Amino acid sequence: MSLIKIALAGEGGQGVQSVAEILAEAAYNENKQTIYIPNFGLEQRGGVSIAFIQVSDERIGAPKFNKADVVVALSERAIGRTSGYSDMNTLFVYDSGFMVKPEELPREAKKIIGIPAVDTANRQLHPKVFNIIIMGAVIGLTNVVSFEAAKEALESKLAYKFEKNPDLRELNFKALAIGKEMAEQSLKEGVGNNA
Amino acid sequence: MPQIFEASKKAFITGNEAIAWAALAAGAEIMFGYPITPQNEVMHYWTRLAPEYGKGFLQTEDELSAGFTVCGAVQSGKKAFTATAGPGNVLMQEPFGMAEAMRLPLFAVIQQRGGPSSGTVVYSQQEVTLTTYGGNGEGHRIVYSTATHQEIYDYTIKGFNTAWKYRFPTFLLGDGYQAKMREPLEMYNPEEHGIEMVKTYPLVGLQGKIGEDREPQHLCNIYSLEEELYEVVLKFAAEYEAITPELVEYEEKGCEDAEIIILSHGVVSRAADDAVKILRAQGIKAGYFRPITLRPFPQKQLREAINRKPARKLLIAESAYGQLDRLTKQEIYGETVAIENLFMPGVGIIDYDIINKVKSIM
Amino acid sequence: MGMIAPAIPKSWYLPSKPHKFCPGCGHGIVLKALGETIDELEIQDQVVFGCDIGCSLLSWNFFACDSTQTHHGRTTPVMVGIKRSRPELITIGYMGDGGGYSIGSQHLLNSAVRNEKVTLILVNNTNYGMTGGQMAPTTLPGQKTETSPFGRDVDLTGYPTRGPEFIAELTPDSAYVARATVSKYKQLRRFLRNALRNQMEGNGFSFVEVLSTCPTNWRTNAQQTWHFLEDEMEQYFPIGEIKTPFGKGDK
Repeated sequence: MSLIKIALAGEGGQGVQSVAEILAEAAYNENKQTIYIPNFGLEQRGGVSIAFIQVSDERIGAPKFNKADVVVALSERAIGRTSGYSDMNTLFVYDSGFMVKPEELPREAKKIIGIPAVDTANRQLHPKVFNIIIMGAVIGLTNVVSFEAAKEALESKLAYKFEKNPDLRELNFKALAIGKEMAEQSLKEGVGNNA
Repeated sequence: MPQIFEASKKAFITGNEAIAWAALAAGAEIMFGYPITPQNEVMHYWTRLAPEYGKGFLQTEDELSAGFTVCGAVQSGKKAFTATAGPGNVLMQEPFGMAEAMRLPLFAVIQQRGGPSSGTVVYSQQEVTLTTYGGNGEGHRIVYSTATHQEIYDYTIKGFNTAWKYRFPTFLLGDGYQAKMREPLEMYNPEEHGIEMVKTYPLVGLQGKIGEDREPQHLCNIYSLEEELYEVVLKFAAEYEAITPELVEYEEKGCEDAEIIILSHGVVSRAADDAVKILRAQGIKAGYFRPITLRPFPQKQLREAINRKPARKLLIAESAYGQLDRLTKQEIYGETVAIENLFMPGVGIIDYDIINKVKSIM
Repeated sequence: MGMIAPAIPKSWYLPSKPHKFCPGCGHGIVLKALGETIDELEIQDQVVFGCDIGCSLLSWNFFACDSTQTHHGRTTPVMVGIKRSRPELITIGYMGDGGGYSIGSQHLLNSAVRNEKVTLILVNNTNYGMTGGQMAPTTLPGQKTETSPFGRDVDLTGYPTRGPEFIAELTPDSAYVARATVSKYKQLRRFLRNALRNQMEGNGFSFVEVLSTCPTNWRTNAQQTWHFLEDEMEQYFPIGEIKTPFGKGDK
């Protein structure tokens, strides 16, 4: 596998770093080379939270990158903040429910994809698993890790929560699968809709 | 020394966590520290591991105190360490200077952040000058600049051994990216890798009855006469120079036929390595040189690498405004190779930054 | 019905609002009280506001007053330098429990001994907030923080620092020393007013510690936060005017 660069961004509290950590762990468990680095600034709370993940079979170079293969923006603010990471090879993903001005979207991208993650989470699953849908989408877009590895990493990270409430396990796995499907579907379709 | 791990284990953790584990594996007994981003987590992990392994910890009132408490601890014969960054590193130059003067086996981790002053909490390579030549001394220190988490683990163990064997203050120079990112590494007990940990010994609080078994130990860092100081400094310098050949560490690739050698250290060297591969594939004869010890600097080896072909240009790439450049120039004085710079103070450098710079100057 | 917007102090700097403090943080309350006091005393143009590192750092562009950000623990000496050079200016130093009682303690102590005519406001939330919740000099016994993960052990690290109490011991009678809390706003205003008055009248040192909240690092919900502030912190840190040249004062 050649190098895959993923940037995930959203509001603090949306679980951006959690999703990134789980993906990175999954890649590590599959014996791939992985680097995960969060952005970190002065404030404890607030500001856009960004996670940078790189996965490869070979030794990875610099921990940060200028342009990503996949950018996922989990909030409207995150779109503006991350559009600079997009060039003509980038799949730029955002939630199709966001109100986005055209000038906020990246000027260059291989494909701009809107997926209805928030809506699906709210209507079919649970608002809490919105970020897991996104995780599934990243896998669907890149195959950065196998679905099984992702499930295992999710299981191990949330084991304590699943123990208390076994229904959560099914919910999360379902969200993962739905996200993956959504992404695969959108790749076939073409450019997503701007709300 | 008690084994920390049953067997070596792979882990996917942050650089800060790796330091805590490596210090534990190296037999460190006590840590003193003070909060400053981006090295706080070294303390967070150490304080959680400490009770389990019978280790000590104190969060001091500031970095001056953290440095001086380590000086005291090593004087008493305990394996002690601290970690800091930025303005904390500035403050610690006072105790680091005392360690230089009194030849104390002090080990400290520096996680560079933007400077000067509060700068940023994120990343830089702007503490090179401070860590190699800070304080009011002659820079008789040993500085390891790591680039991967495996190295962070390996050189923490080595750092303690270096400090206790040679008694020059020893530093692991990392940065905020290495501190906060996660990468795979293998954690191990030193014995498994054939590493023998240097035994500690006290400089004060020795065994035996004074007057009968032994003399009292009188340690000082001040002298009445200029001539006394002169003798001491020259003695230290001679010792330092004598051990340089066995301490120096570096990495080089492709310098045999390189037209341009890219010189970098720490995490930037990862980007340089990638850049050289890409340049070569594009037909440009680039070479890679990376000092691992910034002090003592591998100047002999760098001169050889430059003169092998010889290289026409040397590109010094750093996330600072000339600190590696100045250090290198003083070490290779007399070489006539043209020196170019890629200075990106406080900002990460990726392979394409280096590639674009090389193309613009070739 | 029309909305009544809360009055924003004139001395607040609007472009830096909304501010960046965490939800539930007490800094916003202290800075509001300070802003209203600066307005009331009409000293906006004479004030030089200095802040420390840590969460207090976020106040560097909070006021429409000349402000300077310093280093950790060094706010006090910077304010002293300004006041000694330009006595007509009103110097207000703003810091946390770390900046005041830990790395800055020697400066605080010595400035108090010299009865420097500066006003220092120290916000006490029993931890180092911005760096991620490490133990502070004012962390309560048994309180869990990132560097006291099993609870503060007083045998190992001593008891929490009672700053105003030792400042009161070191200073002459012309100094003003008090401890307020964000849960008693009118009293906070009164103490800040007295502190600034002490400087404006040229009497001497003025110091106000303010008990404040940090739900982010305390990991508490709203109810637990107020409980910790009012029931636990106040038990250890008594509220009141410990030393005042202005009559009997609030005890």
